Amino acid sequence: MKLHEYQSKALFAEHGVPIPRGAVASSASEAIVVAQDLGIRVVVKAQVLVGGRGKAGGVRLADTPKEAGELAARILAMKIKNLPVRKVLVDEAVEPITEIYLGVTNDRSANRPVLIASAEGGVDIEDVAHTDPEKIVRISIHPLLGLQEFQARYLASAIELPRDYWRDFIRISRGLFEAYVDSDATLAEINPLVITKNDRLMALDGKVVLDDNALFLHPDLAEMRDIDEEVPAERDARKYGLSYVKLQGTIGCMVNGAGLAMASMDVIKLMGGEPANFLDIGGGASAEKVTAGLRIILTDPNVKVVLINVFGGITLADEVARGILPAIADEKPKVPLVVRLVGTNEEEGQRLLAKAKMITVSTLEEAAQLSVDLAKKGNVE
Amino acid sequence: MSIFIDKSTRLVVQGITGREGFFHSAQMLEYGTNIVAGVTPGKGGEWVLEGKVPVFDTVKLAVETTGANCSVIFVPAKFAADAILEAADAEVPLIVCITEGIPVQRMMKVQHFVRQRDVTLIGPNCPGLLTPGISKVGIIPGTIAKSGNVGIVSRSGTLTYEVLYALKLKGKGVSTCVGIGGDPVNGTDFVDVLGMFEDDPQTEIVVLIGEIGGSDEERAAEFIGDHMTKPVVGFIAGITAPPGKRMGHAGAIVEGGTGLASDKITALRKAGVRVADWPGQIAELIASK
Repeated sequence: MKLHEYQSKALFAEHGVPIPRGAVASSASEAIVVAQDLGIRVVVKAQVLVGGRGKAGGVRLADTPKEAGELAARILAMKIKNLPVRKVLVDEAVEPITEIYLGVTNDRSANRPVLIASAEGGVDIEDVAHTDPEKIVRISIHPLLGLQEFQARYLASAIELPRDYWRDFIRISRGLFEAYVDSDATLAEINPLVITKNDRLMALDGKVVLDDNALFLHPDLAEMRDIDEEVPAERDARKYGLSYVKLQGTIGCMVNGAGLAMASMDVIKLMGGEPANFLDIGGGASAEKVTAGLRIILTDPNVKVVLINVFGGITLADEVARGILPAIADEKPKVPLVVRLVGTNEEEGQRLLAKAKMITVSTLEEAAQLSVDLAKKGNVE
Repeated sequence: MSIFIDKSTRLVVQGITGREGFFHSAQMLEYGTNIVAGVTPGKGGEWVLEGKVPVFDTVKLAVETTGANCSVIFVPAKFAADAILEAADAEVPLIVCITEGIPVQRMMKVQHFVRQRDVTLIGPNCPGLLTPGISKVGIIPGTIAKSGNVGIVSRSGTLTYEVLYALKLKGKGVSTCVGIGGDPVNGTDFVDVLGMFEDDPQTEIVVLIGEIGGSDEERAAEFIGDHMTKPVVGFIAGITAPPGKRMGHAGAIVEGGTGLASDKITALRKAGVRVADWPGQIAELIASK
């Protein structure tokens, strides 16, 4: 789960990281009030959970509260990469002299956290990693000891930060690391961390990605989820504990297990089709969960055919069949369903499905080929 | 021969009285696994599974009383990290954690603790181990595999069943099937298991099933190129997965230009691995060998 910039910076500020004064606004009039309170030049920033908002015109400077209001109105009417802007952050405008990158994330290959810094801040750090990898400095953190002062000092020296700022840099590094630990984040980054004209270090922008598996430990953070930014189908899926990702193709997929779900999508693509979604019903799915999953797929207007691939193990094939039947009875699908149902209790599952009109096959390859053929036929008609 | 588990495996099931723990304990018993104990805090002294298995309050007590040398964990995600630590502290040499959804920062600490002891952790978020005809520890359906010379190591659950089933249809049997799990931090990785298969006399060919996310497959490719004499057949799931989206497993996500299926396939092919284009093709490649 991603946090917005204003949420991320608030989290950092709780851990002693200096951030600009400012507040979030969801209308032009609110933005004017914030700008008046600040009493100086402000920056109005779109709050959306995608990158590239600067290029899209979603970050603008305003000299007066009136101008801040006008810009807020304009930005709040925008869509950035298809996501409507619902909130803006109005911050005091800060003039940076230097822009630095500072981030902490999980290093999967080392099974440890890693703190990353670069003197090339304010740009996409992944681009820097690509073009100038030597400009990125990483330091591996012991999972039990946490970030040590000497490590932050090493980073400060390695990015050639002037010594006058080391003390602040170390304090901010520790604050950022604490924020990452306390929130069970998988990523916490300040980009840019700036040296201002007044000789202060300050976090101008922030990004936090939380570990979905750890949200049960942080109900306060879980409440920050911006459901307006989710695809409605993905929101419904989450409610039922289904793992769903909307894609652009025409073949709806319902599968048990993430690996098999991905492999099913891959085989569809290999046969010349395009999957409409990723949907993993998980292990030991109940009939209700299967019904909910199939409903989500059937309500996607792009779907021309549905492929159901279930290899029962912990999941029972008859239980899956009991979930498929009510979804069909309610939604009365106009698109064909291709079902491949094998494994635990497969005979009973097949028997239940025999009554419903669907195409049953015995292998994944057959199922994929048939789905692709049917989707193409659907296109012609 | 097999790896990890055999006839001498004496299993303790942590979370034996829970819904999943109970169901799969019955399945494992039926398969022939020697379950010597169960652990559920607060239920010590009871006997379950038709009075065949004693329940203990702690892993330490279960090990002292029954000589258990392997643990399988079915407890819910909230308590699973604690369960792994408890088993490691009781010095159970092999710990298999089936539970999905353990917070990753917690898991980094647990993994560090486990690696400092003389114990092996498999998982979490994995289907466990199967040595066909001998023993199973976990949830892999026993009926879809027969004994043979193919070693399997996989990050996925049901995709592994798909491959086991396809192998069985082609008349090919398995030495041991190892599910290492779909989480970003796990106890045992591809390289650990590949080394064991290389040394296992029963295993003549190895199947590696990977997926998007991380760089475990790339390291496996390097190991295969440098150290393996036995042939390896592979499959990587997620060639169609879009970047930035988590595909079910916590570990299955393409981030910052790394973890791509295409990079993994290229690395494996460079190391001489024959990589299948679809899961069923793995069985064909092995049968044609």
